[in-house]
Amino acid sequence: MDFISIFSLFVLACFVGYFVVWAVTPALHTPLMAVTNAVSSVIVVGALIASAAAQGGAAKWLGLLAVVLASVNIFGGFAVTERMLAMYRKKDPSARALGPTPTPPLKGRG
Amino acid sequence: MHQLTASPAWVSLAYLLSGVLFILALRGLSSPASSRRGNRYGMAGMAIAVGTTLATHEVASLPEILVAIAIGAAIGLVAARRIAMTAMPQLVAAFHSLVGLAAVLAAAAAFLNPEAFGIALRVTPIATPSFLSIFPVSRLELALGAAIGAITFSGSVIAFLKLNGNMGGAPILLPGRHWLNFGTLAAIVGLTAFFTRDQSDWVFWTIVGLSFLVGLLLIIPIGGADMPVVVSMLNSYSGWAAAAMGFTLGNSAMIITGALVGASGAILSYIMCRAMNRSFVSVIAGGFGAETATSAGAVADRPYKRGSAEDAAFLMRQADQVIVVPGYGMAVAQAQHALREMTDLLKEEGVRVKYAIHPVAGRMPGHMNVLLAEANVPYDEVFELEDVNSEFGRTDVAFVIGANDVTNPAAKTDKASPIYGMPVLDVERAKTVLFIKRSMGGAGYAGVDNELFYRDNTMMLLADAKKMVEEIVKAMGR
Repeated sequence: MDFISIFSLFVLACFVGYFVVWAVTPALHTPLMAVTNAVSSVIVVGALIASAAAQGGAAKWLGLLAVVLASVNIFGGFAVTERMLAMYRKKDPSARALGPTPTPPLKGRG
Repeated sequence: MHQLTASPAWVSLAYLLSGVLFILALRGLSSPASSRRGNRYGMAGMAIAVGTTLATHEVASLPEILVAIAIGAAIGLVAARRIAMTAMPQLVAAFHSLVGLAAVLAAAAAFLNPEAFGIALRVTPIATPSFLSIFPVSRLELALGAAIGAITFSGSVIAFLKLNGNMGGAPILLPGRHWLNFGTLAAIVGLTAFFTRDQSDWVFWTIVGLSFLVGLLLIIPIGGADMPVVVSMLNSYSGWAAAAMGFTLGNSAMIITGALVGASGAILSYIMCRAMNRSFVSVIAGGFGAETATSAGAVADRPYKRGSAEDAAFLMRQADQVIVVPGYGMAVAQAQHALREMTDLLKEEGVRVKYAIHPVAGRMPGHMNVLLAEANVPYDEVFELEDVNSEFGRTDVAFVIGANDVTNPAAKTDKASPIYGMPVLDVERAKTVLFIKRSMGGAGYAGVDNELFYRDNTMMLLADAKKMVEEIVKAMGR
């Protein structure tokens, strides 16, 4: 791709990002940070290219180290997001027992 | 010819698909109901990006790569599983630092082996050995990617140390720091421009070194209460670093992701700044709360009402509606589970319970919501500032646990107050305010005394947040 088409894609993606992120509910801002963290590790693509090259030398080792770091983020980021999102639940008495501190189901007065 | 330009159309389409899946991942977060599906889209997008890259480049060292991924995956999964929800801000800061460092390393690898990235031409000048000349545009992108990555890395390390308590939360002010920061940034910009003309090693590594330095200098003077802005800002930077790398590789997945993450962090920073009524520049300039903290001692002798757990239990059981206002103190005391137990007992008594969250409560955006979710509080009982603020006037008890500055009425009335103009929760309009605080000594993170403590309708509950809530639960059981 030439620079102008890449740049056009970038500008349009910024607008998409703007609208998508404003639509995120504030209650999920922490998971948003965790998941953006995971997806920004797509930088692993650059690291893979460097570490996969046959005649790499120092570049190969830098690339491999970057692959390790980015993988920590990819797996850790998605896993911790999943863990957080699994905790959000609606008012639903039957779902209560699934939480980390199960409390016996409560009955109303009378 | 290198593979990048020779790649078939499906490769570009695969990267585009992965970018679209990342958009859907963020889109899913518009509601908790769709959020988990969104996260799966994100995982699928990443798998496609990695798979496509491995399938279309020479893979001379697949075993090494798989080992590298396995090591990273093991560390990441263990960290994700073990981390306490209260420590989430530290974890996110640590993850940001890794993205930053990975960006620096990837840029450095591309600089050292430009041929593999298809960003250089071999030139053979007369009388000198041939060498690889990196395209000037690619040099610019590499330098930018490495610089932003380095700032993200060192800045996130400082943010992590401050959030994790290894380093004091108080701002550290170096003399002449604004000039120092400005000079270093100017040097980075100048060297980046020079790098497009001269691709010598020293230019690249000096840019990287100075960027590490500027990341440290930028975050050191910023105090603990401003950390939500810092964490969001670093989030944004990690996105721009990925975008710069995407420009180098002409990779649509990286560009879309970089723009998304960059926009996300920028918007979160903006929301946090607005919630503190402070400009982004003043937050980044740092030093907030450093000078004012010393003057807080003068007002310690004013009379206030002190209550016991029994008083609190009695008041809340009589109430029609209780609004809970959690803050960072709740996270520190790990009081969210006890709090949930307390509100369950209240609900059993027929009391309506709501939670009111200020956007900057805690140490990162949405910090309180996650903790309440962890304690199994249904998210439809949790309200944002603007949705719940009008209700305090119709509320019998406002229960403030670990929050301080976000409830300070001085923000509305006292023009001399450093937090004047900050939107606050109108807790003082409730019939009774129950305010849990460790002792009357310390002021909030902004270093401002809270007028709320001395009001007639405020009852101070002086104890550790978790212990106090547990005692209230016990008192309710009687």
